[in-house]
Amino acid sequence: MTTSPLTTRRPVSALKRYWPQYLAISPFYILFLVFGLFPIVFSLYISLHDWDGIGTMKWVGLAQFQYLLVDPRFWNAVSNTFIIWFMSTIPMLFFALVIAVLLHQNIRSKGFYRVAYFMPNVTSMVAMALVFGSVFSDTFGIVNSALKSLSLDTVPWLTSDWGIKTTIAVMVIWRFTGYNAIIYLAGLQAISSDVYDAAKMDGAGTARIFAQVTIPMLRPVILFTVITSTIGGLSLFTEPQVLLGNTGGPNESGMTIVLYQYNQAFTQFDFGYGSAIGWALFVIAALFAAINWWLVSERTGTKKWGRTK
Amino acid sequence: MTTTQARRDARALKQSRVARIVTHLAILVGVVLSIFPFYWLVVMATNTTAEIFGYPPKLIFGTHLFENIGHVLAAIDLFGALGNTLFVALSCTVLVMFFDSLAAFAFAKFEFPFRRTLFAVLLATFMIPAQLSLVPNFVVMSQLGWIGSFQALIIPGAANAFGIFLLRQLAAGAIPDELVEAARIDGAGFFRTYFQVAVPMLRGGLAFLGIFTFIGAWNDYIWPLIVLVDPKRQTLQVALAQLSSIYGTDYGMVMAGALISVVPLIGVFLIGSRHFIANIAAGAVKG
Repeated sequence: MTTSPLTTRRPVSALKRYWPQYLAISPFYILFLVFGLFPIVFSLYISLHDWDGIGTMKWVGLAQFQYLLVDPRFWNAVSNTFIIWFMSTIPMLFFALVIAVLLHQNIRSKGFYRVAYFMPNVTSMVAMALVFGSVFSDTFGIVNSALKSLSLDTVPWLTSDWGIKTTIAVMVIWRFTGYNAIIYLAGLQAISSDVYDAAKMDGAGTARIFAQVTIPMLRPVILFTVITSTIGGLSLFTEPQVLLGNTGGPNESGMTIVLYQYNQAFTQFDFGYGSAIGWALFVIAALFAAINWWLVSERTGTKKWGRTK
Repeated sequence: MTTTQARRDARALKQSRVARIVTHLAILVGVVLSIFPFYWLVVMATNTTAEIFGYPPKLIFGTHLFENIGHVLAAIDLFGALGNTLFVALSCTVLVMFFDSLAAFAFAKFEFPFRRTLFAVLLATFMIPAQLSLVPNFVVMSQLGWIGSFQALIIPGAANAFGIFLLRQLAAGAIPDELVEAARIDGAGFFRTYFQVAVPMLRGGLAFLGIFTFIGAWNDYIWPLIVLVDPKRQTLQVALAQLSSIYGTDYGMVMAGALISVVPLIGVFLIGSRHFIANIAAGAVKG
């Protein structure tokens, strides 16, 4: 690091001296001010009004938020978001860990497997939502055709409450299991073999080593994947919108928070309420960020195992 | 003694071979599940809708791909949408690579007042979900007169915290201080040092960020859906969703469109896949 004395300089001469550096970092901050910070503050202002986006704004105080608290459609969207998040995240991370452990064994053609597992993550979500829509179609889908040929009952995947939630969860699992597996695999490869040797010397069996050495050492990586899947789960939109339309299907079983915000703001042109929903999402996300931050700050507890850097 | 030892070895070998076969089989099941939707997409895009709807359904590739693509072209301006998407995704990619690496270089290799504070602010912006500002950003765009234009898709994301953070981590290790110092002594300013020292040494990270940004921009759906109000000026994702909502049951046709939207992405991914995957994994482990 090239350190230069900068302790007792006046701001003006600092600016004169460091202008290339400030210029270099300025695009991000300017864009963040205009398209990040200002809209957040502005959305709070909009949420205190009744506004269709074109006409005059009418001040309504906290009425939007009062309505939000008793709006059954909003709470349905919140509960859907969380149910789908649970239904997708737990199997997804479990399978990812299994795949990572399997790939970590000394097997050949690891490169091919990695590419194959990662492919679902780089494809167009709209296209894949259409594919899944046809695979799970109630009448023509291949899943129901398979069930029929085994003389089992078909499932109304796209018209029943649990069918819809399952289909969306399956799409999320499909898209992100391989991604998370690759991340876990990197985590496994970063654990030094000395740690395993030491555990083996102590007479620990495979299962005990996995539970008491591998998992604790993977903790930071697992946390990373939990954080990313939380952010992804809270902003779920494309899958339900393409699969089921702007109201999330029958009984709004696939309505998520972001889809409801889109629905209210851009199909009903209720900008005030749409902004209020955006702020509710922000509060939920901040809550989770705080929980995550608390968990991450516990990370120091795992340092004693001595990760290789 | 030697015979029991040999027998034991043989059994262990057999056991490990069985274990290896089971492991491979389990991995292959996962690979099949990962690949199947792509396979199914091609099956649907190459068969007629009647064949797809039949019972039992057709499970193998057909011969009607060009016919299906013809139907798509008759219904929407698919190549126009493809061109728009390419333009938007490439513009985003070039801008992000430039602005992010510039900022990353400044943060990694130079000391200046408020450096730490500014970097902490940058990290904090990670936590803000983009969906929070959909409504106000739409209003901002309409005030700027950008509704329906491509700069609404390109400019807001032209520099991002993710890429700056990632490249800063790489730059801190990859660019030797001596080289930066030598450039300074030779009379090179900040920007010349950036172009002649930093960019060549960050090539790997830049390639990764480029692919990552390109894929993200190509896939963006909710924002173009809101901002691009003219049905004739759309990106591929929005055009595809429209195609499906109008011709929903004509699977052969819709899937031909879907296939065209997926193929370029898979191409970009396969070209840079090894590098790309290694970088995603490294970012997560360090992060």
